[in-house]
Parts: sequence; C-alpha cells; structure tokens
Amino acid sequence: MSELTRRTAAEIAAAIAEGETSAVEVAQAHLDRIAAVDERVRAFLQIDADGALAAAKAVDARRAAGEPLGPLAGVPLAMKDVVVTEGLTTTAGSKILEGWVPPYDATVSRRIKDAGLVMLGKTNMDEFAMGSSTENSAYGPTHNPWDLARVPGGSGGGSAAAVAAHESPLAIGTDTGGSIRQPAAVTGTVGAKPTYGGVSRYGLIALASSLDQAGPCARTVLDAALLHEVIGGHDPCDSTSIAQPVPPVVAAARAGATGDLRGVRVGVVKELGGEGYQAGVLAAFQTAVETLRGLGAEVVEVSCPHFDYALAAYYLILPSECSSNLARFDSVRYGLRVGDDGANSLEDVMSLTREAGFGAEVKRRVMIGTYALSSGYYDAYYGQAQKVRTLISRDFAAAFEQADVLVSPATPFVAFGIGERVDDPMAMYVNDLCTLPASLAGTPAISVPAGLSDGLPVGLQIMSPALADERGYRVAAAFEAATERSTPPAEVLA
Amino acid sequence: MPRLVDCPIVPEESTSNISRADVAHLARLARLAVTDEELDVFAGQLDVILGAVARVGEVAAADIPPTSHAVPMTNVLRPDELRPCLPRDAVLAEAPAVEDDKFRVPRILSEEA
Repeated sequence: MSELTRRTAAEIAAAIAEGETSAVEVAQAHLDRIAAVDERVRAFLQIDADGALAAAKAVDARRAAGEPLGPLAGVPLAMKDVVVTEGLTTTAGSKILEGWVPPYDATVSRRIKDAGLVMLGKTNMDEFAMGSSTENSAYGPTHNPWDLARVPGGSGGGSAAAVAAHESPLAIGTDTGGSIRQPAAVTGTVGAKPTYGGVSRYGLIALASSLDQAGPCARTVLDAALLHEVIGGHDPCDSTSIAQPVPPVVAAARAGATGDLRGVRVGVVKELGGEGYQAGVLAAFQTAVETLRGLGAEVVEVSCPHFDYALAAYYLILPSECSSNLARFDSVRYGLRVGDDGANSLEDVMSLTREAGFGAEVKRRVMIGTYALSSGYYDAYYGQAQKVRTLISRDFAAAFEQADVLVSPATPFVAFGIGERVDDPMAMYVNDLCTLPASLAGTPAISVPAGLSDGLPVGLQIMSPALADERGYRVAAAFEAATERSTPPAEVLA
Repeated sequence: MPRLVDCPIVPEESTSNISRADVAHLARLARLAVTDEELDVFAGQLDVILGAVARVGEVAAADIPPTSHAVPMTNVLRPDELRPCLPRDAVLAEAPAVEDDKFRVPRILSEEA
C-alpha cells in the first residue's frame, strides 16, 4: 500500500498545498489501491479513473497558477451511488436504474467538485438505501475489510468499506435510520449524520424525505468535519434545507483534539443498552464512558422511555414515505421498462417493470407503506407513528436539559456474517436500534471507533441537539485523541 | 450472536394476520406484479413486520401532535425567478422510449374504448 493512501484527508490536502506531492499522484495512488483490493472488498459499483485524474490535474493546474485552494482540494472521495452525478451512472444499487446517467449534479456533488475534491467513483449500497448490511444491493454485497466473510453494515457499506480499506480517505454517505453511523461503527471508521436539513437533499434519490440526510465518512473526526463543512449549508433547491450557517464543526474537532472535556456533561441513555446487546459491545461502551470521564466529562444517566418505540415508529414512517417516493419509478421517464410489447397496458408495464426492477426488501417496504397509508389504517399506523416521533423528540429535549451530549453504542452487535440475517427482515431491522432515535428527531449524531470486540470494531455514538453538530465533533475528537486507533488486520487485504 | 427473541423490541408473537389475498391487493395498489411464490413469502414476512410495528399502538398519545418534519418550517419560498431547466434532449436521452421529442408510453386506453 502506497504511503499516500495511509494519510488522512487533512494531511493529503496539506501535502498538495505545500507541493510535497501532487493531486494526480494522490489520485493515482488511490486508484492503484482500488485496483489491488476492490475485487475482494467490492466497495465500488463504478470507478471513474479518467474523471478522477482530470479533476486532480485541474487542482494541480490551479495550484501552479497560484490560485487559492480549498481545505480539501485534491483529496480523493468516494460517492455513495444514491447521490446523482452528472454524466456518471447512478443506480442507487437497483436494477431499475441500471445504466442511468443523470443529466444533472446533486448539490452535494456540485459542492464537492467546486471544492476541488477528486471523485474516484460510486460506492455500493443496499438498494435505494433500504438495508443494514449492503446485501440488498442488486449488484452483490460489499465485504468488510476487517473480515471479508462479514458485512460492512448498511446501507452505506460501500462508502464505509472504501474508507476502512484505504481505497479513499473520504466518502459521502446518506443516513435515513443509521446508514452512515452503523456502517462506520462496524468498519471502525467515523461517520456523521448532520442535523436534518444541514446538508441539501437536492439530487439525493429519495428514500424517506423527512429522514434522509447526507453526511461525511472518514477515518478521523477532523476529516469528517472538513468534509461536513464542504457539503453543508443552505440550498434554495431543497425547501427543507436550514437557512443558517454550517455549525463550526472543524473548529470543534480541533478544539476537541486537545483532549479536554472538563465542563462537558455526557448523558448515558439508559434505554440504549442491556438486553439484546452483545456483551463485547457493552464492555467496549463501558470503557468508552470511562475514557470520557477520564477526560474530565461529567457523566450522568438519562432516561428516554419512548426510544423503545423508535424501531416500530421508524418502520412505519419509512415504508410509508418510500412507498410514495418510489412511485416515481414508473417506467415512463427514466430507468427500466419491461413488457412494452404493444399489448400490455401502461399499468401492466409499470407493474412488470417494478416487479423485475425492485429487489425483495424494496417490495416489502413499498407494500408495508401502502398498507400503513391505507384508509382505515392510516391513523393507527402512520398517524400514531408520527405522534411517537413527537414523544421521542420530547425525550431528547428533556435529556438535553441534563446533558450536553448523549452517548450510546452505535450498534447492538458487531459485523455479522454475510448471509446470516438476509432471510429475516426483523433480525436485520434491529441493527438500527441505536441510530433510529436521532433519525426520527432530526438531531445530529456521530459514530467514532471505540475499540474491538472479538477483533471486530465497535462504535461509540455521540448525539447532540439539533443545529449543535459541533458538540458531537468536539467530544468525538477528544475521545479519538485518547484512544488507540485500531486498523483492519493487514493479512485480510495483503 | 443473540437470538432474535432476546431483543426486547421484537415481539415473540405477531398480532396481525396478512393473507395471500392481502398481499395480492397491496401489490396491485403498489404496481408490483408479484409471483405466486412471492405471495407466500411476503405474507409471512409482512405479518411478522406489521405485528412488530403495531407496538406504536401501546403508546398513549391521544393528545400528542404528530411530527412530520423534525425541524419545523412553514411556507418556505424562494424568489420567483426564471432559470434555465434541463435541456430536452438531455432528459429524453435517458427515457426508455421516445417519439416526436416526447416520452412514449404504452397504451392507456383499450382499443375498444
């Protein structure tokens, strides 16, 4: 592995800015790393070597011309395939969009290009981001760089695995119920879900519009913060985008790295632990809490009784919204069309197309949503779930009276084996147990590596109040500075 | 690996009753031409999932307002300015079928109508 692929994004950007290396050299080193390992990891659905080298060359030319460069100029990035990229195939992990070339850029894509980041390619994911293991991709699973027989989490398993395997220092993920944080936890990387509305959803293929949020994946807290500031901020093209400046997450990450948490109140959420959690995960979490205490934080226990209902509420709200959002895949304007033989009606063609183009999990959720929104069931299911959502937000508000940030394990289990849970939807859904409350409340949360259980990574989740993303970054950076970093066993990708 | 029933969030018995006919009805509403085998598989799975999510009904929430978006906003407007839209050719280039610079769709009315 080239020395360049070991570096953090911040280090790479500094080396390019100082002329120690070039953006083209950095891009080539990462493309070489991808060529060497991605046949085994399968983090990428598509590599854009020509585009990456052209973008890198442009950064080098700007530097040579003495133009100012942004803080991440020339740094490679892997893009989750649910974010549309002009001229670059975007499938969202689905057969129904196989070969679709978007005619426009998502705001996130545009901001990344404008900041001089170098997009290496598009990463694998559960189809339309529905899943917790990346096994629901129509293009085959991604493998965890810690143990290739295990899942990398999901839905953003490709982005997390690419970062963990040093194929890219940065990646974009999207988090609807934990799809950034849960893969980060089980691959030993950092993943942050910003406050809902903190990053534009324009050009993000919608799963559940009231929950979807793009965010950074990285190997360090500072790198995640640097990427967060590039993609964040108001966008008139997304009416749910927050018209406020991006929280000062980079400054917070730098401040946190000093390792001083005196005066910070950390709330341990009673409901996110105990029965149903792996012992090794709980042990690593306990150690993490002691580490925070050792850094000067005041640790208190908080209770959020309605978090116990988050899973049920989420798996009503999400399918309801996705059944509506996925109606756009109607075989008319883009994507697959099946059965258009002149005899079949439009409705037949739609049904045959969706049957052929969607995988089992997508069909399940679309039908659950159709059920939950049906007249006669609406109040008992969707309506009641939205009320539970209010109660979860109130639990957060009460907890944040007692604590500045809340902490929990990021997942109940470490990475499980590929194929182990694929036939049992509920066994898959419980992977999101810890990440769902912040999704439903729209509050920011970050997962940071917190040691190992039986040789596999465990994540510490740090949750902050809405619009106060910087608190989580500060605590995460302090924790990171105080813990020894584990890396995937070298022999796995030797 | 803990057994599923060890997890307190997953009920041991489901409470709903989803039949093959129910799945066929939902699939028709959702425009999914599901197969016979899928009807069996989905009936069992939807039954378990709906039984689990029905737990939301245990929460006393009669007086609680619903939350549709986590960060409330109302009447979000932007200036009413003319902006270029995507070029027609770029959009039609990705369509499954095109005729006379338009999306071509299968028949929507029967011949006899």
